[in-house]
Amino acid sequence: MSDLRKIIIDGIETEALGDMTLIQVCEQMGIEIPRFCYHERLSIAGNCRMCLVEIVGGPPKPAASCAMQVKDLRPGPEGAPPEIRTRSDMARQAREGVMEFLLINHPLDCPICDQGGECDLQDQAVAYGMDFSRYREAKRAIDDLDLGPLVETHMTRCISCTRCVRFTTEVAGITQMGQSGRGEDAEIISYLNQTLHSNMQGNIIDLCPVGALTSKPYAFTARSWELEKVESIDVMDALGSNIRVDSKGRRVMRILPRNHDGVNEEWISDKTRFVWDGLTNQRLDRPFIRVDGKLVACSWDQALDEAGSLLKSEQVTSIAGDLASVEAVYALGQLTDSLKGKKECRVNNVDLPIGNRSGYVGTSRIEDIDSAGRILMVGTNPGVEAPVLNARIRASWLAGSHVELVGEAVDLTYGYKHHGTDLLSWQKLAKNLENVDLADTLIILGQGALHESLDNSALGIAMNLADRGAGLLILHTAAARVGAMDLGFATEGGMDQALDGAGVIYNLGVDEIDIPSGPKVIYQGSHGDRGAHRADIILPAAAYTEEAGIFVNTEGRPQLASKATFPVGEAKENWAIVRALSGKLGMPLEYNSQIQLRLKLAKEFPHLMEIDMVRQNELQPIETEQAGNAELKNVINDFYLTNPIARASAVMAELSYLTRSRDGEFNEAA
Amino acid sequence: MLADQDRIFTNLYGMGDCTLAGARKRGHWDGTAELIKKGKDWIITQVKESGLRGRGGAGFPTGLKWSFMPRNSDGRPHYLVVNADESEPGTCKDREIMRHDPHTLIEGCLIAGFAMNSNVGYIYIRGEYIREKELLQVAIDEAYDAGLLGGNACNSGWDFDLYLHHGAGAYICGEETALLESLEGKKGMPRMKPPFPAGSGLYGCPTTVNNVESIAVVPTILRRGATWFASFGRENNTGTKIFAISGHVNSPCVVEETMSISLRELIDKHCDGVRGGWDNLKAVIPGGASVPLLPKSLCDDAIMDFDWLRDHQSGLGTAAVIVMDQSTDIIKAIWRLSKFYKHESCGQCTPCREGAGWMMRVMDRFVSGKADIEEIDTLLQITKQVEGHTICALGDAAAWPVQGLIRHFRNEIEDRILQEKISV
Repeated sequence: MSDLRKIIIDGIETEALGDMTLIQVCEQMGIEIPRFCYHERLSIAGNCRMCLVEIVGGPPKPAASCAMQVKDLRPGPEGAPPEIRTRSDMARQAREGVMEFLLINHPLDCPICDQGGECDLQDQAVAYGMDFSRYREAKRAIDDLDLGPLVETHMTRCISCTRCVRFTTEVAGITQMGQSGRGEDAEIISYLNQTLHSNMQGNIIDLCPVGALTSKPYAFTARSWELEKVESIDVMDALGSNIRVDSKGRRVMRILPRNHDGVNEEWISDKTRFVWDGLTNQRLDRPFIRVDGKLVACSWDQALDEAGSLLKSEQVTSIAGDLASVEAVYALGQLTDSLKGKKECRVNNVDLPIGNRSGYVGTSRIEDIDSAGRILMVGTNPGVEAPVLNARIRASWLAGSHVELVGEAVDLTYGYKHHGTDLLSWQKLAKNLENVDLADTLIILGQGALHESLDNSALGIAMNLADRGAGLLILHTAAARVGAMDLGFATEGGMDQALDGAGVIYNLGVDEIDIPSGPKVIYQGSHGDRGAHRADIILPAAAYTEEAGIFVNTEGRPQLASKATFPVGEAKENWAIVRALSGKLGMPLEYNSQIQLRLKLAKEFPHLMEIDMVRQNELQPIETEQAGNAELKNVINDFYLTNPIARASAVMAELSYLTRSRDGEFNEAA
Repeated sequence: MLADQDRIFTNLYGMGDCTLAGARKRGHWDGTAELIKKGKDWIITQVKESGLRGRGGAGFPTGLKWSFMPRNSDGRPHYLVVNADESEPGTCKDREIMRHDPHTLIEGCLIAGFAMNSNVGYIYIRGEYIREKELLQVAIDEAYDAGLLGGNACNSGWDFDLYLHHGAGAYICGEETALLESLEGKKGMPRMKPPFPAGSGLYGCPTTVNNVESIAVVPTILRRGATWFASFGRENNTGTKIFAISGHVNSPCVVEETMSISLRELIDKHCDGVRGGWDNLKAVIPGGASVPLLPKSLCDDAIMDFDWLRDHQSGLGTAAVIVMDQSTDIIKAIWRLSKFYKHESCGQCTPCREGAGWMMRVMDRFVSGKADIEEIDTLLQITKQVEGHTICALGDAAAWPVQGLIRHFRNEIEDRILQEKISV
């Protein structure tokens, strides 16, 4: 039953749902209402009073449009629709007054404020403020807080909108921020001077409408208007958060979230946001060849010649890492095929069923979390595997859904029913659900439930439930994994089988495992990490901000990442290196540009070019074998150090240290 | 002048027995069960007909407020909350009820609770009222012991529990929604309305918040009849009312009088007149700190009720009359109120948080005269920028005294500023 009501705004009649707020209706109509405290993804506070509008025939004072619902309005005389005015004298004067109040205690330090140029207060002061101040008294000053290494505070600039408090308590699920004091002495504080313990805290920087909360790593390095802004996709986890990469010259200066309702709403994790300093450290900026046990810099020609002769003479196995784009994996896959080599992307010994998309992606979307009534999580800790997804589960939990977990009992910022940590518990839980309607149940299966040792039995149980109506979402931890699986970059039997008999391993950015000694290794990647240390030939490649590429996220959504800066030094784009190498081998791949590559890709794998679309995967249940009992172990130990870029980042290192020392890891040493 | 037999609060001064036995002797708890058995509709109609308007300050008709409560529960409990957070400067009427005539309140709670389908009532008492809290608790315990509260309270067939909650001493918690927040254990900050408490109040359930006096008069109204109560005062301003007169009078007092008594009669009859005679009067704040003052010229004909005072740009408020004689530095007096509101602003919404401090600081300079004449208009504008733009009425309360001062004593401010300029 729709509850559409007529309403007149600024003389224009429109229809709106009864439970919409006036600010939403205005937004829908394209009428701009200034606001500071209102944020569509947070609860309504109504404290800034900037969004006041006049309600004709109502009380002789303006109403806060962010809090007033359409159904709260009384109809006019003779049943005429209620009328509101957003530009009347009453509304204008109210805004001017509020603006003046906000500014009297706000410092005039815009020239040295990092928010300058993208400041709501600045913008709205231009639009709604007066051009001088009548305030002759002393201004208020407030001590700054120490919120940790990410969020810098200038609390004198704070306008007490409480967005940060609401975000941390509602979305991030921590209780460290609040407002203390009364009246003009009211301050936003962190309780007991604690630093923030959340891997989502960077979002309060975006939420802060003024310069009270700014980014510490970015502090005083650039002005917003001198930055080149490129829309891209994050690869720090498999969620594929939509981001905007801001760069100045050849350097990435900061990373911000973009809105995508189906993926990351408008949040990103701290790893996504602050990893950029890792893009300049530990970079492989020229090719290297190992000579007498030592890596020696060389030219591209030398490196490619050497790699070519190695590939020709030995049995090849190609492995693809966590950050590789679809294009790079595709090109490498073709090269490997032409060399009759083996290929594998499941480098962490996770048993994803080859060719069964419902088995390695699932049948549900991330959005289904919102409407799920029961969420079963198996072998996963979304709090570190995909923090933004975890926030979404938390939102669903707050809205009343039941969360149950099989696997390690971890702090997820919300309550859940724990069913044990092993496979048997999962079997038992599934058995208990035998006579339950599963229509609003969503199963989130983590990588911890897919380890080879489990013989796919956890997945089998989940698919059986999915067959009875439950949704299934496989939560990956690597941005490249689903894309590589879609390309069939896998060998029956997994890593052991793929590496069996290999004389040379072509390593495309695999840094999370130790490659067994024996075979020669060609490493293609961006950072001098574990993979490069084991390499005999290093082919320096672009990082994810330095080349365009397709990434398929954990729900199977292909998204387009863009090139924000140029690769460092002599590094080249990943697909191009493989293409060049194929030329050296005398078996050139059939494309000379990324566009040509994609055209070919589109023919072979059309769904990968359906950008931002999630294909409905046909459920193909797999045979479950009654495996023995085994513990479900989560795959991520340290959230901040999961990939070579993060490991090269000083910010991530500090966060990792702080988190681990908070968990008491260093206590014994001390 | 109100005749003794028409007083509702016959032990206002604590001269008699404050216990249940004493209250019974004075006629309280008499036939309560029979009153309840007449039904919810009868009670609400009686209260409506009596013309009782809320005694907490806003003067909203009590019977109408009660009728906003859902008639039948949708599964959620209903709550009655009594606002005993009497913090308005100059106001001390509820205190006398709670410490000397507590059973009027307790009986009223039972009846009001029944009328609104509520089995639970909370009395939120001001943090500074420590003895009052103790005395009221004793009275509640007495009522429980006598079976007047609890299951089948007073043999009425209605279960009613009454809890006394002690506040922590914040003025803002007297605002009904801030009170509910505080009662829920949160920081006392007003909520936005709508939704109103009758739809979603305490713990999200239908709730009515009433002033102590509004509840305490109800049993007597029901016993003596709505017409009896409505026979006092002018139309639309009926009943008896407790006034608290303080300041420059010869004998300050709290007294129950008829509504619409003239200000002069009130002061002359009950307070032995203004210090130094009526002509020594300078101004009166008729309804607690938050209403604009009345200069002497208006006091001569002032009638103490909601409508007359509203028509003269003031208000009855809590009927706490603050009398100021010619010796008063009126600017400093209002400055003190500004300081109070600055201190008590909760800090939630912008106009009050920033405006209250600004107003106080400008007033600060008006007191010493270190200001410019133009700033008087600036200050007036600031008060208008606060008034009506805030979540709760504290912003209005902070603005009105200053507006009243500028309206009636602008010349005095100007004189002070000029004086200061000359002396410099």
